[in-house]
Amino acid sequence: MSAAWLQELRREAAARFEELGYPTTRLEDWRYTNVGALAKTDWVSGEGRHDDVTPADLEHLTFPVFACSLFVFVNGHFAGDLSSPRALAGGVEVTTLSDALRDDPEGLRGRLGGLADSKRRAFAAQNLACFEDGAVVRIPAGVEIEQPIHLVFLSKPGAAPTDSHPRVLVVAESGSRATLIEDYVTFGEGEFFTNAVTEIFLEPNADLEHVRFQRESARGYHVSSLHVRQERDSRLAAHSISLGATLARNDVEATLVGEGAHADLYGLFLGTGRRLVDNHTTLDHAVPHTTSQELYKGILGGRSRGIFHGRVIVRPDAQKTDARQSSKNLLLSSGAEIDTKPQLEIHADDVKCSHGSTIGQLDEDALFYLRSRGIEEEQARALLTRAFASEVTDAIRSDVLRQRVQDQLLEILESE
Amino acid sequence: MLKIEKLHARAGDAEILKGLDLEVRPGEVHAVMGPNGSGKSTLANVLAGRPSVEVTAGKVLFEGRDLTELEPEERAREGIFLAFQYPVEIPGVSNLYFLKAALNSRRKHLGQEELDAMDFLTLAKEKAKLVEMDEALLNRAVNEGFSGGEKKRNEVLQMTVLEPKLAILDETDSGLDIDALRVVARGVNALRAPDRAMLVITHYQRLLDYIVPDVVHVLAGGRIVRSGGKELAQELEEKGYGWLTEDAA
Ligand SMILES: Nc1ncnc2c1ncn2[C@@H]1O[C@H](COP(=O)(O)OP(=O)(O)OP(=O)(O)O)[C@@H](O)[C@H]1O
Ligand SMILES: [Mg+2]
Repeated sequence: MSAAWLQELRREAAARFEELGYPTTRLEDWRYTNVGALAKTDWVSGEGRHDDVTPADLEHLTFPVFACSLFVFVNGHFAGDLSSPRALAGGVEVTTLSDALRDDPEGLRGRLGGLADSKRRAFAAQNLACFEDGAVVRIPAGVEIEQPIHLVFLSKPGAAPTDSHPRVLVVAESGSRATLIEDYVTFGEGEFFTNAVTEIFLEPNADLEHVRFQRESARGYHVSSLHVRQERDSRLAAHSISLGATLARNDVEATLVGEGAHADLYGLFLGTGRRLVDNHTTLDHAVPHTTSQELYKGILGGRSRGIFHGRVIVRPDAQKTDARQSSKNLLLSSGAEIDTKPQLEIHADDVKCSHGSTIGQLDEDALFYLRSRGIEEEQARALLTRAFASEVTDAIRSDVLRQRVQDQLLEILESE
Repeated sequence: MLKIEKLHARAGDAEILKGLDLEVRPGEVHAVMGPNGSGKSTLANVLAGRPSVEVTAGKVLFEGRDLTELEPEERAREGIFLAFQYPVEIPGVSNLYFLKAALNSRRKHLGQEELDAMDFLTLAKEKAKLVEMDEALLNRAVNEGFSGGEKKRNEVLQMTVLEPKLAILDETDSGLDIDALRVVARGVNALRAPDRAMLVITHYQRLLDYIVPDVVHVLAGGRIVRSGGKELAQELEEKGYGWLTEDAA
């Protein structure tokens, strides 16, 4: 029997989702992204059964397990037999949300659902009402771990369209340093919908790298939101790597509530075929002396469509804010489209805010140069495209992960 | 090896080559000289297959095959190599990776085994030494931030690694100091063989002291207006092009 506050929270969320319904393109934030097909589908809650998934399958889908502490979720349910928390040191805790709620519900009170606003956000409300399970990560004060914590969310569609609502809660205590990877992959065929919510609390001086690496299969809808609250002198590096799914919507929201806090937001999104990738970011500078830097790169081919919407808020008190935003996009075909829009809401006067966006094509001279050395045109295009992405991928700290992201990008580009 | 007949080519809206004839036999080195804007690089681009240059009439045969039918990468695999007048900077692609991909595509075409990373590294280092190129440049992005001279050396390095049948050097000597010039010449001379040929585009007699050509051509107004032995280069150095281009016009 779960805690009363939690039952109440989930009941409210369910009611709120009922009320809001799925967003429509009449809403400003969803203008470009029509989730009508998703809304019309009868989703069946995904099962956690995974007898047919071997560790080898998993390595093939993700990357070598030796590199990280691994925690696997199948359709949102924890799969202990596929997980291996081998490299956790220094008292770092990774528990399932269900265990945490059973053993120490009070510890989660105010945190769970504390950042992802389920009053306004339909998908966040749906997740809160429906989550099967999830991960709770705690990095104790002063602890620095090198080995990334690797959370794998495997969508495993069944015979009927399958949905899952994974949820992650992270508390990085003061002075800690860690890398957390959320890895979204698909096993098997079929239609699915992943609705993921992550909330991260960065206490003073904490330093967290968060990488969300989404490469689900083409029959999936992927909606995610990341919410971060940053206290004094904390540092966030959030990477949103969005390579898969037929429709992907990624929201990233960082609120800087302590002086000296800094956020780096990186994004890399790929559209092929008729896919749609929509990125909405919000950087909320709530107090003086906070800084942020944002670089999003879009690669759009076929008849795909990309959206980058970057909102920066500087609150009235937040003097000496320094916020830089850059959106760079590569169109690989004449049928592809990108909409990029900065939205600066600046209510203080002594601030530095900049934004810029570019839309370009592959450099024909570079293409000819590579081809003139015997490199096949398709390979040359893929190489130049990967090179375009490298400004973002180079910022990933983990070598294994960076390599995997680059390789996967090349694989997808060469197979198109 | 290379036979060009009545070649007409256009770039943009302009016709640049207007009935050019040229024949190069295996083992020969030909120099092409001529005023700025006369069409030398356009000729080089036609041979390498730059998509923005369109052949409108005439024939270009390489070992009896119609070159214009081949994609740039196919020409490279057949053994054509162009050292660019302006090598392109490619941020984000490592020089070593690029060179390895280039060599392996050629080896594959020739039915040879592809080199693995280790063997390739050994080869690349050895060739870098030959052209006196700093090894550090191998690990940088292709030409990115290279000095003018370093870019030219990188072209020569690629040529040395790829061992083409027909090498076209488009002003590889421009902007080089005397030592670098010697190095380029050494790279070229090391490749000289009875079954290979070279087309050396240059403005300076100086390079031809190191790479002695069999034939010197003057390209002006989109055509070869004069061909001769190596003494023609000497004559041009003294008299300029005026006396030739007046005839052409
Ligand atoms: N894409 C293009 N569109 C229009 N004109 C072009 C194009 N490319 C080349 N040209 C013109 O063609 C002419 C020949 O150019 P090319 O580069 O072949 O000369 P070049 O003999 O190599 O000169 P240089 O000695 O200065 O290198 C020039 O007048 C140049 O401006
Ligand atoms: Mg030229």
